Amino acid sequence: MQIHKHDAIIIGAGGAGLMAALYASKGGADVAVVSKLYPTRSHTGTAQGGIGAALGNLDEDKPIYHTYDTVKGGDYLTDQHAAKILAENAVEAVIELEHMGLPFDRTSEKRISQRRFGGHTRNFGEELVRRACHAADRTGHMILQTLYQQCIKNDVNFFDEFQVVDMIVVDGAVAGVVAIELGTGEFHIFQGKASFFASGGWGRCWSVTSNAHSLTGDGAAIALRRGVPLQDMEFFQFHPTGIYRMGILITEGVRGEGGVLINSVGERFMERYAPSAKDLASRDVVSRAIYLETRAGRSIKNRGYMHLDVRPQTVNRYFAEEGRDRADFIDDSTVERKLPDILDFCRTYLGVDPVKEPMPVQPTAHYAMGGIPTNIDAEVVIDAAGTVMPGAYAAGETACVSVHGANRLGTNSLVDLVVFGRRGGMKMAEYVKGADWAALPNDAGAEIEAEFERIRKGDGKSRPGALRQLMQATMMDNVGVFRTEETLQQGISDLAELRERFYTDLQIDDKSRVFNTDLMEAWEFGCLLDLAEVTARTALERKESRGAHSREDFKKRDDENWLAHSLITQRGEMSDPSYEAHFDKKVDLSLWEAEIEEGLPEEQQKFKPIERVY
Amino acid sequence: MDVTFRIRRQNPDVPGQERPYWQEFSLADVDPTDRVLEMLHRIKWEQDGSLSLRRSCAHGVCGSDAMRINGVNRLACKILVRDVGEKIQVEPILGLPVVKDLIVDMEPFFDHYKQVMPFFVNNDPLPEDGRERLQTQEDREKFDDTTKCILCACCTTSCPSFWANGHYVGPAAIVGAHRFIFDTRDQAGQERLDILSEPNGVWRCRTIFNCTPACPRDIEVTKAIGEVKLAIRKGTNVGIIQTSAIH
Repeated sequence: MQIHKHDAIIIGAGGAGLMAALYASKGGADVAVVSKLYPTRSHTGTAQGGIGAALGNLDEDKPIYHTYDTVKGGDYLTDQHAAKILAENAVEAVIELEHMGLPFDRTSEKRISQRRFGGHTRNFGEELVRRACHAADRTGHMILQTLYQQCIKNDVNFFDEFQVVDMIVVDGAVAGVVAIELGTGEFHIFQGKASFFASGGWGRCWSVTSNAHSLTGDGAAIALRRGVPLQDMEFFQFHPTGIYRMGILITEGVRGEGGVLINSVGERFMERYAPSAKDLASRDVVSRAIYLETRAGRSIKNRGYMHLDVRPQTVNRYFAEEGRDRADFIDDSTVERKLPDILDFCRTYLGVDPVKEPMPVQPTAHYAMGGIPTNIDAEVVIDAAGTVMPGAYAAGETACVSVHGANRLGTNSLVDLVVFGRRGGMKMAEYVKGADWAALPNDAGAEIEAEFERIRKGDGKSRPGALRQLMQATMMDNVGVFRTEETLQQGISDLAELRERFYTDLQIDDKSRVFNTDLMEAWEFGCLLDLAEVTARTALERKESRGAHSREDFKKRDDENWLAHSLITQRGEMSDPSYEAHFDKKVDLSLWEAEIEEGLPEEQQKFKPIERVY
Repeated sequence: MDVTFRIRRQNPDVPGQERPYWQEFSLADVDPTDRVLEMLHRIKWEQDGSLSLRRSCAHGVCGSDAMRINGVNRLACKILVRDVGEKIQVEPILGLPVVKDLIVDMEPFFDHYKQVMPFFVNNDPLPEDGRERLQTQEDREKFDDTTKCILCACCTTSCPSFWANGHYVGPAAIVGAHRFIFDTRDQAGQERLDILSEPNGVWRCRTIFNCTPACPRDIEVTKAIGEVKLAIRKGTNVGIIQTSAIH
């Protein structure tokens, strides 16, 4: 096996990975970015609406307001100190992106333009605030391109289309990773003083998803298999507005520009569920409302979808009702200019022109709040006490800091990956200065190579694609927006059956070495299966409803018993693993505690966990 | 509806498949609004797992699945069955070496991109107030079109000049340079123009125009190339063309 030796190995080349690569390089580290996709294919590029930062370019705004919104949006499972770091660092991170050349839209004052987004408010919930810094409706594309361009400028080493499939742990520290060079099928070892997982989410566990086909949670699954517990896995966000049946995301920015959700009787139903924020309530709230309207028989054509209406006459009618300034009113050209990609998607895939007709939307599996647990410097922590795993880092969707708590606010995924990618990159550059390469075990990589040979030899009757579709269907039905003990048990038993087939009856048609996507998809299915399993198991054990985790048999949030993060571990044979979940990792409530210490009366405390109302 | 696919295949790793050949697949129950990518997945997942292609986001943003569909460069995820009919021929994009089936070697393509300094350069001190550099929305819009590029290679691999000479940087690299040349905040415009006036730069473009209709992001590629040519002639970066006069 060829061995590549670098100070820092970064797994994944999306926003978090590239940010970490840039800042680790600037800090003097020799970095290698190892990615199964060409960097510009990464899923960061599909983020649409904006990146939240309290620049205050259009409305009065402060990082503490952003912190408050993030904590409340996370249904108080958010670690408050981490949220404060997120909101404060967001401002300088966004400014730095602009300095790197990111082409943000501009205000009439020539500054970065900002728009409204769900759950983002001024003065602790007083009114919606323009905080999402945007470049049309392709903000993520611009971030990804800009970071990749800067990496080219800074001569960062890239290993494109090298898929990481295992990590090497020596005496409890990470010594590097094992990767397959897709073009040749050869195994390589990347030996690093530090390894940084920025490998994205696992939305492909569900059948209707906004996520790319490649979002199979490889990094999180590898960590889980190598003994790292995963945190808060029961919290997976369904975005309320995916294109009907296809799941392609329609940005919340549509509602930020005044778009409204309408049911089959022509009602703007969010007025009933969230009287103040209405259509811009947080995503979990809106997704549940769509399901409840559907159950009440008010989905369009009774098919489980709603209309998202951004036609100027509709938007302006509601603006007038709300007494908004006429200057805010929109026309066709506003929609064309601010939402060009959304119009393109709808015209291409639906034959629907959003300027003239409403868009059919339904909730779509979108974002993992949980993942590899880290501290605020992106160092991986392996227990409730926050013990750091030497040499291990993670950031972006694959990590759990936790800034998103039980439900992420729109725009905060981009904030998360730039802020913690940057912090982690800096921290790692410091760490590698004082660290050495660990000696590799003699059999490094042998175990995973054998596992791939097992998969490749598969001559049973179950194709990976078929198994994956069955898993996605059971996850959608049983581990989706609403859950009960019964559905979750059903999900777990379906997953066990699929695991049995994966290990005894797999069929692989492609036995060759070169670019064997049949083989890789099968291995990726195994990753999804493990992540689906820990999602279902933690969801079963958390007997309350909080944020995106909605138990119909335990409808209330229960702070007394469940205001804690979950950590789940996997042990034993991969074909028959055992799991252990604990709910003893404390939520950081330091901002609330500081308010108490200051002697603020209860009604003035902003960070006390209270019932969420939008 | 029933659809027949005719797919160009090749696998250097399997005896008898080293040379390209055509293979047909039939699919039943196809909806006219299905994406071609979904149909290729059905073939892979239901009939022949060895069919190899790149794909990721499946909605025309990541740029992975450029291929030649019924003779035209497309993203398989952005073209629907109803747009191409019930007989669908799929082959790898042209001008880059085939690795396997529909997968080509993208390295030469990215190498060309990297040649044109596709990154922001501004060596002035940062604004003293610690804030963003200023730019008017009008100036921002001048290069908006070329910021949309996803590096899928549909344009470059549809260009006969590129087919004839693989050293030509190609339309995508020029689009990448254009995005910075016309950004008022950038300072390396002249260096990029110098690179692009070399023999394998913009002058290899014969305005054949294949690139513009090939672009899945509707970038006016030929116009952008024309603006770069004009900027080289004028020696400035003020070549933005307001009309479609160059067509």
